[in-house]
Amino acid sequence: MCQAGEDYAEPAPREPPPAPRPGRAQKCVKCKEGLPVVVIRAGDAFCRDCFKALYVHKFRAMLGKNRLIFPGEKVLLAWSGGPSSSSMVWQVLEGLSQDSAKRLRFVPGVVYVDEGAACGRSPEDRAKTLAEVKAVLQNVGFPWHAVALEEVFGLPPSVLQCSAQEPAGTEGAYKSAVDSFLQQQHVLGREQPHQSQTQASLGPCSLAGSPTATQTAALCRLFDSVRTLTAKEELLQTLRTHLILHVARAHGYSKVMTGDSCTRLAIKLMTNLALGRGAFLAWDTGFSDERHGDVVVVRPMRDHTLKEVAFYNHLFAVPSVFTPAIDTKAPEKASIHRLMEAFILRLQSQFPSTISTVYRTSEKLVKAPREDCAASPSGPRCLLCLCTLDVDTADSATAFGAQTSRLSQTLLSTPPAEAGTPTGPGCMAGEGQACCKTACRREDVQAQVLEQLCYGCRVNMKDLPSLDPLPPYILVEAQLRSQRAWAMQEIQEYLIEDSDPEAEEALA
Amino acid sequence: MAAPLSVEVEFGGGAELLFDGVKKHQVTLPGQEEPWDIRNLLIWIKKNLLKERPELFIQGDSVRPGILVLINDADWELLGELDYQLQDQDSVLFISTLHGG
Repeated sequence: MCQAGEDYAEPAPREPPPAPRPGRAQKCVKCKEGLPVVVIRAGDAFCRDCFKALYVHKFRAMLGKNRLIFPGEKVLLAWSGGPSSSSMVWQVLEGLSQDSAKRLRFVPGVVYVDEGAACGRSPEDRAKTLAEVKAVLQNVGFPWHAVALEEVFGLPPSVLQCSAQEPAGTEGAYKSAVDSFLQQQHVLGREQPHQSQTQASLGPCSLAGSPTATQTAALCRLFDSVRTLTAKEELLQTLRTHLILHVARAHGYSKVMTGDSCTRLAIKLMTNLALGRGAFLAWDTGFSDERHGDVVVVRPMRDHTLKEVAFYNHLFAVPSVFTPAIDTKAPEKASIHRLMEAFILRLQSQFPSTISTVYRTSEKLVKAPREDCAASPSGPRCLLCLCTLDVDTADSATAFGAQTSRLSQTLLSTPPAEAGTPTGPGCMAGEGQACCKTACRREDVQAQVLEQLCYGCRVNMKDLPSLDPLPPYILVEAQLRSQRAWAMQEIQEYLIEDSDPEAEEALA
Repeated sequence: MAAPLSVEVEFGGGAELLFDGVKKHQVTLPGQEEPWDIRNLLIWIKKNLLKERPELFIQGDSVRPGILVLINDADWELLGELDYQLQDQDSVLFISTLHGG
């Protein structure tokens, strides 16, 4: 306890004391026998076999602890070719082929998204990478889907609609599902471990034909029009998520596994705070992300650091395909993502518990619904990131509220201003009215779309001078939503509220 | 006084992009006054092998945070990091973890 005359202790020394260096003479901390090959955390040296056991155990424990993946469920593995997702695919492959007691019990598929057009790669490079990807996927043996990012230009607006949420599986539901699955296996007589594999080796379930040149040009135009690398990275992530979601829904997958590692999620958490997405941290960095309703995104690699992943991949020859990304060779201050990555990694090198501390903090984030959300199961959702909008439209005290009120003012003021402008070229006199409407509708569309975004997405869209290059499904859905909202408002007074005691009394 | 050494330097995980895409380099380090430790090896790599953007590979006198160093398939933290004395026919592998997921 503080005392009146107590002096503060001397300030801590500037440099942290050097951590005790584990030497080669040391033995593995686990089995106490083997020669250590890798140091994990602060000073724990593991031999090759114990490291492998620890790595696999982490993966299985992460899946087992959360009990979200039911036996026999179809799970889509999002594979980018990079080390973390390659490791994840490898773990699933090994997990499925183990002896029956410990075998993983879901049905996997793999999806690969070719983002070459957004990164400015030449068609020859992309074809070369695609050939390498196909070779690896054929070796793995799961049903696979290779899609190009350009296909977002053919997505239907239904991608952005949140399906009815299934109730989260309870403990009892999971146990009974496992029991019935085991009984089924028993009834079948004997185990058939390779059945799913033979089915899969028939080849790819869907191999999209090469995207058309118009689609590629449209994608390049979109990404070239974005002013900052930060907004480009966020847009890329959004489009990629929508595409993977579409593939999952089209082929009946109810779960998507992504290979986000501990390091990446720690960086993502801090980056999202800087981007204004603090309200959605639990969904963006947690183990499970149920914002899409019918498809749940799961992150089984979130306990593995990038160092562990790289070591495992090297020691056990896990195949991966290296592709340059949108931020390859970008300087440190090119985007918020890069800056945060450099910050966290530099901090980690001096204070080795940085990343684990951020990770443990992210574990404590709870997805608490708002109290009045019970009335409407799904309130309005952001058009792009599909998170529940935490918007209080009457709120003018915050920056967010000020932006919202400014937008609705813009919507009201544009029609009279544009009515006086001359019609564009090629307009008939009789269609003058319609043409004016097109001109002011562009500003309308912009305001319309921005109104339906959360704060973080809105900030990103500021770096797009015009929303025209966006894929049509986004613009169509924005229009649908605002029309629906307008219609709701029109008939609001005619709707009979269920819980209106005065109305009931009047009727009685 | 250090005798000339023959070592294999390998790059992975995307680091090879800074070295013209070449992953494996068999190098012969010339004899010199100072002993060949990793610190001096990095200086040598920067001068002779690194083709572009040195700040993406080297920071100060060590590698950039996020780049792993394996010496003969073992973590360099077990071998003294920058102070490890290179021996003939050693294999040093630099893996960049900053790429992809």
